[in-house]
Amino acid sequence: MAQQLPLLTYLLRRGDDNLILGQRLGEWCGHGPQLEEDIALANRALDVIGQARNYLQYAGEVEGKQRTEDDLAFLRPEREFVNCKLVEQHNGDYAHTMVRSFLYDAWHLPLQKALTKSSDERIAAIAGKAVKEISYHLRASSDWVIRFGDGTAESKERAQNALNALWTYTGELFVQDEVDQALIKAGVAPDMAKIKAEFDRTMDRVLAEATLERPADAYMATGGRQGVHSEHMGLLLAEMQYLQRAYPGAEW
Amino acid sequence: MTSKITSPTREGIYALLENVKDPEVPVISVRELGVLRDVAVVDGNVFVTITPTYTGCPAMDVMREDIEKELQNAGITRFKVTQVLAPAWTTDWITEEGKAKLLAYGIAPPQKTADIRALKGEAPIVPCPQCGSKDTAMISLFGSTACKALWKCNACLEPFDQFKCL
Repeated sequence: MAQQLPLLTYLLRRGDDNLILGQRLGEWCGHGPQLEEDIALANRALDVIGQARNYLQYAGEVEGKQRTEDDLAFLRPEREFVNCKLVEQHNGDYAHTMVRSFLYDAWHLPLQKALTKSSDERIAAIAGKAVKEISYHLRASSDWVIRFGDGTAESKERAQNALNALWTYTGELFVQDEVDQALIKAGVAPDMAKIKAEFDRTMDRVLAEATLERPADAYMATGGRQGVHSEHMGLLLAEMQYLQRAYPGAEW
Repeated sequence: MTSKITSPTREGIYALLENVKDPEVPVISVRELGVLRDVAVVDGNVFVTITPTYTGCPAMDVMREDIEKELQNAGITRFKVTQVLAPAWTTDWITEEGKAKLLAYGIAPPQKTADIRALKGEAPIVPCPQCGSKDTAMISLFGSTACKALWKCNACLEPFDQFKCL
């Protein structure tokens, strides 16, 4: 891993974040609290899996080992996934799922917005499409956070609990390691300090309207970017990769 | 059965590809949808450029295959269909005739704007495609496909799809 090209790692991170979130959102399919929400979650899963496909396709080309986006998604072991820990967290109740999406969307939108100005044209093109979709996602997840927070005592408590439980995974989103540093220097990736400022503004605005309390920054869980994941990741992959592991090369 | 094209021209290919419809909304062609971006003919080789509507839209693969099939059926053997991401597709690229066909099909067409703020827009007025009433309300931001939202009409009480503005 240490010898990997920074660009390749960066693309895998962007692809894996979306892929794993897409898998989680897809788990709701057929289990949504109401039909419209079931469809909405599948729609959002589709958008982020599409974005994952674009990034992983590019990653496969940069790697130059003839691996397709499907190979990267279904045949890599856990330690080679470099998604943030936030997206692999279990769905929990609906407040938990929506708060997880809200935190992700609030970070993902400014990041992809900045990437539309990347010196790497391919990344800029992928991001150009993604921002339109993520704007919509952020609107939907913000609406739910506000509805839960400013709802009943029960919904408020659940939303606050989710926020408190997931906050520890937000720090990792803004970490800049040597991969990021190299790409920031090359004009490929943005400085995360600017992304953090927009994330903070979204938090302040939405949480105030939702009458939820922003948790204090304390211990922040990291490791996902280095392939060291939480206990949920193995189970997620076991399900996601089952078919290709059991029937290698299966197509339909 | 498609008639054979012996010497392809840009106009001829455009006319041929009018037969390729959106698999989800089979009244609107890939050109009217704005997915077909360009056709070029160089020394008898046909180059078709398409762009996806939504990043993860599964209909894109179908449209691509349908374009290839249509070209093959017309006897064209030397062709290439390329997908480009930039510039990103916008609902403003749906032609006026395309929007009219959407409306006739029962789908409220997107409002005219390429501005991203329209996505977050404060309650746009979307007339009911069934009865024309402006007394409508959004049920869900997401609908039956990636490109649609779900609405209902308070006048005729029918639910309807709206093409999301992107």
